[in-house]
Amino acid sequence: MISFPILTMLVLVPTVGSILVAAFSNRRPEWVKLIGLLTSVLTGALSIWVVAAFDKSNGDFQFVSMHPWIKPWGISWHLGIDGISLFLVLLTGVLFPLVIAGTDPHHDHKRYLAWMLLLEAGLMGSFISLDLFLFFVFFEIVLVPMYFLIAGWGYEGRVYAATKFFLFTLVGSAFMLVGIIATAFLAKGNGPLTFDLIEIAKADFAPATGRWLFFAFAVAFAVKVPIFPLHTWLPDAHTQAPTGGSVILAGVMLKLGTYGLLRFGVYLFPEAARWSRSLWLTLAVIGIIYGAIAATMQKDLKRLVAYSSVAHLGFIVLGIFAMTTQSISGGVMQNINHGVSTGALFLLVGMIYERRHTRQISELKGLQKVAPIFAGVFMVVMLSSIGVPGLNGFVGEYLVLIGSFLTARWWTVVAATGVILAALYLLWAYQRVFHGEPDEANKGFAELKVREAAVLLPLVGVIVFTGLYPKPMLDRIEPSVKKLIEHVSEKTSYVEAQPTGATP
Amino acid sequence: MIAADPTLIGPSVNWFALSPMLVLLGAAMVLLVVGALTPRWPRHLYALFASAAGLAAMILCLFLWHDITTGGPRTLVGNALRFDIFSMIITITITGSVVLVAFVTDDYLRREELEGPEVYALYLLAAIGGIVMGSANDLIVLFLGLEIMSIAFYVMAASHRKRIESQESGIKYFILGGFSSAFFLYGIAMVYGSAGSTNYSNIVATFNANVPAVRHDAFILAGVGLLIVGLGFKAAAVPFHFWTPDVYQGAPTPVTSFMASVGKVAAFGAMLRVLIFALPHWRDDYRPIVWAIAVLTVVVGSTMAVVQTNVKRMLAFSSVSHAGFILIGVEAAAHRAGQPDAGDGVPAALLYMLLYSVLVIGTFAVVTMVARTGDSATELSAFRGLGKSHPMVAVAMTVLLLAQAGVPLTSGFVAKFGVIQAAVEEHSYAIAIIAMVASVIAAFLYLRIMVSMWVTEPDSGDAGREPIRVPLWTGVALALSVGFTLAIGLYPSWLIDATKAAVAAK
Repeated sequence: MISFPILTMLVLVPTVGSILVAAFSNRRPEWVKLIGLLTSVLTGALSIWVVAAFDKSNGDFQFVSMHPWIKPWGISWHLGIDGISLFLVLLTGVLFPLVIAGTDPHHDHKRYLAWMLLLEAGLMGSFISLDLFLFFVFFEIVLVPMYFLIAGWGYEGRVYAATKFFLFTLVGSAFMLVGIIATAFLAKGNGPLTFDLIEIAKADFAPATGRWLFFAFAVAFAVKVPIFPLHTWLPDAHTQAPTGGSVILAGVMLKLGTYGLLRFGVYLFPEAARWSRSLWLTLAVIGIIYGAIAATMQKDLKRLVAYSSVAHLGFIVLGIFAMTTQSISGGVMQNINHGVSTGALFLLVGMIYERRHTRQISELKGLQKVAPIFAGVFMVVMLSSIGVPGLNGFVGEYLVLIGSFLTARWWTVVAATGVILAALYLLWAYQRVFHGEPDEANKGFAELKVREAAVLLPLVGVIVFTGLYPKPMLDRIEPSVKKLIEHVSEKTSYVEAQPTGATP
Repeated sequence: MIAADPTLIGPSVNWFALSPMLVLLGAAMVLLVVGALTPRWPRHLYALFASAAGLAAMILCLFLWHDITTGGPRTLVGNALRFDIFSMIITITITGSVVLVAFVTDDYLRREELEGPEVYALYLLAAIGGIVMGSANDLIVLFLGLEIMSIAFYVMAASHRKRIESQESGIKYFILGGFSSAFFLYGIAMVYGSAGSTNYSNIVATFNANVPAVRHDAFILAGVGLLIVGLGFKAAAVPFHFWTPDVYQGAPTPVTSFMASVGKVAAFGAMLRVLIFALPHWRDDYRPIVWAIAVLTVVVGSTMAVVQTNVKRMLAFSSVSHAGFILIGVEAAAHRAGQPDAGDGVPAALLYMLLYSVLVIGTFAVVTMVARTGDSATELSAFRGLGKSHPMVAVAMTVLLLAQAGVPLTSGFVAKFGVIQAAVEEHSYAIAIIAMVASVIAAFLYLRIMVSMWVTEPDSGDAGREPIRVPLWTGVALALSVGFTLAIGLYPSWLIDATKAAVAAK
């Protein structure tokens, strides 16, 4: 067995990088930037290594590392990765170097990079923790860097947006913390207290207890996703955050919510998740439709992308609570797809803002004429976000929809209209921004620069590759999802509906 | 002459077990007597002397700790004081606070041109009072400790002779404190009337024998209620908190931090002793009261803190809300009062007090620096731009504020987690959720201070003020408290085990 603690390194490398950056003198910004970039590249390389070394036939946790941490409370440093978290780790590992290389905070690079790397460490930790306490630690700790990133480097309303983001999430966490402790105490029976996910998952809770506990967790994750009607912090935070912050927020941080629902909500409390599924399915579908309509109305391009996230995350929630192998695999995949395409969209909107110092759709016009390559890239990313066949967004959404159709027919029917609405608001926005004759202000719109292209190219590559050949990804996701469904069946006598026709 | 009376045999005294208090007392006497007779000592010497005494007392506690773990807990001086791990934790917390506060006070007094030995002597005396409160095994002894501490506090609060607010603060505290002492004393009288003794061990023995007969005795219930009022006042629990913002704001800033740390530790130490160890038979009667006070305290403390504009007042209300969290530990402990398995309530409350003391002293150390000469620049706007002008101080303050908000990897989270866990263990889910949501409200307050330091530009009114200076010893105290905050956040196991020993060694 390889004993190299690679998952621990995923957390440790960015943490050390963050400390190094913070300790470095402010007078040498180029060194600071170099250290920041190298650290994030190294972390990215480690995450790619994890994916390469991942055993795809195994649905269990891999690369597990386990050390006691706070013994009197039964808390351990327990890390592990499976198909559900694997690509989230990769996404985190890849997006950070791109964001650090591709966005410019304009002032105080040192602190910006220190917070960014700390954020990366926290996100990595959240995705690989197999201890409830440890997960909570990471889940909370990511709020601090994100708060400072928005409040320190954002736009006009940044303090308000950052505070709203922080407090909304904290209210959710308040419930989750009590939920976590209660879960641990109720699960331990006569044994010693433990916060270990795998140990706790063995416990059976009385239905009523399980439901309360599930809701304590679900509130925290629902805020994070965000599930309608807890989404109101999102448009503000996304719009006011600096470009790098928005990319990470939409690309990775929202996934903490959907990931958490799956890993902790459904896994620990399958009975409660099944019992309350109509509620979640309904809220997911409302989110899809509401997010799409709200996006259509936006005058600010960044806000439009922000609302589109509400809609897209609705699909993931739909997939999770439809609870078939296909729908959950689709949801897990859509986590990544949304991260890539929305991340790229935020990068592009950021580039537009850098050039024009506005995000208002009405002030942009005819950009296709002056910057055709830029427009082309935007088009590909946008089509991926819409879910056009051949690009990654299609695979995930399609899997969610066909998987959900078996168990949640009418919700799926309504949700499917969301796909059409997505085409409506994105294409309409594209038309207003890129088509037509550029006016005076937009004539000087610069073409895509080499550096910008270098940042976007990997993302576009992922979009096309996953769209054409999703098998390597699905092969790694499915065993873990199957295991999860087996676990649910074991606990609740749930029989997964089998599709009668062919699968894709 | 009592001394000549051959029939009176004094109790045997284990002097070594009393040594922490004796060291503090000796040092206080030296400061008062020698300090008054000799010309002004060289710089730093008063503070170093006081902190050396604190440190010596703390080190003695470690020896005594070993003594207790091997020899078992005992009572001292004819059953008057308890000699157990609980007392040791209280003593260590209080003496540690003395050391840190003395560092900050040294620079403060020089800046304000108030140098002299008196405040340090008062610190040491108040510390003795606090230790007596936390280790008393008799209500009268407890009352003596309470008065020693309180009187020192009144004088300390008023010790800034040049500021009228300081004197106002002293007077207010004195008058309200006098009231609360009266309540407390009346409570003692009632308990005595019912139990026939003021000694904890005798009270427990009496009620063990006679519970059914006195179950609904209004006398004892009123006594318990009055004791809670008296201690609630010292601990600044709602609705007995009204003095806190005014006194905290007016008192010299280092003194404020001393009151917020030592005062709380002593009051809660006494409360745990009285309620959990002396009156376990009435736990079902006082638990709802503690529950209500705890909920009120966290909610009112957090909410009122948010609407303040003066940082000292904010921190005063935030200390009220922290008192609420400690009360949650007390409530959890009350579920198990008198049972052989004492549960996690008492250790959690002790842990919270210890960690909060360090946090609050660090936080007020920053406020002391920002307040500048005259100790008056304590509005929120005075903190503007601190991140630019003094990044290290701002980083330290940020860590401390995040810890107060209960963010993971800081000691504040460990403290909160401890009490919430204790509450959940006793199935007090409602109180746990209310407290956590209230702590979100409080988090808004800490964010406001952080935004002021990091995001906003310096206040225009700030230009006329002298620049903020970071004196060496204040810096040391700040560094120690930040280091402790982070170290415990990362590796709390040993401290949790230590506090658990407070109930395990019974």
